[in-house]
Amino acid sequence: MDTNLAIQTKDLGRVYRLRGPKRKGDAKQLVALDGVNLEVRRGELFGLLGPNGAGKTTIIKILATLLLPTSGSALVEDLDVTRDVQEIRRRISMVSGGETSGYGLLTVEENLWMFARFYGLDNVTARKRIDSLLEVVGIADRKRTKISDLSTGLRQKMNFVRGFISDPNVVFLDEPTLGLDVTAARDVRGFVKQWMHDHPDRTVLLTTHYMAEADELCDRLAIIDRGKLLACDSPHSLKHRLQQDAIFNLKVGPLGPRPSRDAMIEAVPGVRQATVVEQNGHTELNLILAQEDVLSDVLAHLTRRGSSLISLEKREPTLEDVFIDLVGRRLDVDTSHHAEGEHAAG
Amino acid sequence: MLPAERVQKATGLRLFWYTIWARAYPRIIGSTREKSWLFFETVLPLMGTASYVFVYRAIGAPEAYTGFVVLGGAMTAFWLNVLWAMASQLYWDKDGGNLELYVVSPGPLMAILLGMAVGGVLMTATRAVIILVVCSLLFNVSYQIASLPLLILIFVTTMAALYGMGMMFASVFLAAGREAWHISNLLQEPIYLASGFYFPVKAMGFWIATFASVIPLTLGLDAMRQLIFAGDPTLGFLSVEAELLILLVLSVVFIYGAIKMLAKLEEIGRREGRLIERRR
Repeated sequence: MDTNLAIQTKDLGRVYRLRGPKRKGDAKQLVALDGVNLEVRRGELFGLLGPNGAGKTTIIKILATLLLPTSGSALVEDLDVTRDVQEIRRRISMVSGGETSGYGLLTVEENLWMFARFYGLDNVTARKRIDSLLEVVGIADRKRTKISDLSTGLRQKMNFVRGFISDPNVVFLDEPTLGLDVTAARDVRGFVKQWMHDHPDRTVLLTTHYMAEADELCDRLAIIDRGKLLACDSPHSLKHRLQQDAIFNLKVGPLGPRPSRDAMIEAVPGVRQATVVEQNGHTELNLILAQEDVLSDVLAHLTRRGSSLISLEKREPTLEDVFIDLVGRRLDVDTSHHAEGEHAAG
Repeated sequence: MLPAERVQKATGLRLFWYTIWARAYPRIIGSTREKSWLFFETVLPLMGTASYVFVYRAIGAPEAYTGFVVLGGAMTAFWLNVLWAMASQLYWDKDGGNLELYVVSPGPLMAILLGMAVGGVLMTATRAVIILVVCSLLFNVSYQIASLPLLILIFVTTMAALYGMGMMFASVFLAAGREAWHISNLLQEPIYLASGFYFPVKAMGFWIATFASVIPLTLGLDAMRQLIFAGDPTLGFLSVEAELLILLVLSVVFIYGAIKMLAKLEEIGRREGRLIERRR
């Protein structure tokens, strides 16, 4: 065992048995994770990037001892999630996006005090840490506000204080900026970055389906889809994989239905991946081309189909492009209904 | 490997103690924030109790029955608290997102259940006393207490058994879905009847009274009535001493059962993913 690892999973698998009424032919189970191997180093801010239903939350719930794996193993700080449950719980903490925990009748301070006590903090330490962390996230003036009176953004900041009040070694952040406005999301990201800077020996595992967030925050990240880990590297290295490709965004006149394979943009030789989104009377094409000169063939194809070019932009690869290159579809496509087949996740 | 923490954190019994009081706190403080409970949880039961008093007076029942009803009416508060704020609480907490945080924290789940019980007993006792005092004044109930220490012992044992049962139910509801709501509903009214909240349980006959004695309030209420209205001992189901002994046994069984079931159902919950499912 590498003691420099904060988290390690080996062939981690999780299958949910589907409850409720079923018709003939309906799936009886759902594969949320399928042989995931992951290594997160101590002191890393590691991201799990994937669409809704990819299996990110399932990984977090297993590591946080809320869920047992159905196959493989998972270690947190060398401790086994199936056996060393109590010891792991002393070292970790978890904050989820859109969390509505706590009791509405209690004030921010009282809620935080309650959770601090669950982690064994004495009264004086708890109150000191509540004051200083509320100051850091900028809601010290809301200390005596009932949490039922807090906005979503303020509530999430309070949740962050709760997550960090126990001085955890490993923090799991599950979609922490979900539902937040731009300013609140930026504040939350700023807090995480600052905390990692101030505590270089701690580890954060973050799940997100926001590429920009993953790109901005993470030292390394894993791209996950339908329960499988597709790639794992630093954001820079992942994007570098597409450096030889030419990436273009095209806005063209409506393409309309594509009656045959030949009519599809993907059928043009040299088009490695393409996503097509119809919106507001035009079509947006996101193209990954093997070479730049394939573009002229693409434009000729569009002209043949009677579509006109509105705008064209060549750009640097993003994590979304990496995802499209690996998976063949955009990141914002929800795959959680895929249970009809045999894969999906929570 | 890093040490478990740099901030000093309690473990063992101290953590258990911290957790109990932390979880009891919202219950204790909550009632001072939402005054509407005074109406809903005292005036409404008071009206129900009053209706029984008038029925007994109309049919010329012995005067002791008025006191029986008043005491039973006060004790309904504990039964409602056990059903809705104890047994079903982990289900609500699961729905609201608190359960995940309880489970992830090192604070023992048993201490969280005890905290719920302590907070519940303290707050419900206030409600029960209000109902008891107001009804006693309204209906001019006179008390003749045979033994105050024994009465206190019976009350404490009844509460230990009752909330032990509540903790055991809570463990079961940990893995339950929406059915938790229906189970609580199902248990509410029939127990009023079977446990003799508004009449001596002896009137139900031996077998029903014996069956109903699994609910600690049945024997607790019966023993307290015998001690408080000492003038009419023939209305008691069993002797006070026998009822105390059974209540002690029930306390041990329920609390031990709660510890075992909580551990088992947490494991089942982790295996089947029931700890993380939400209704919405």
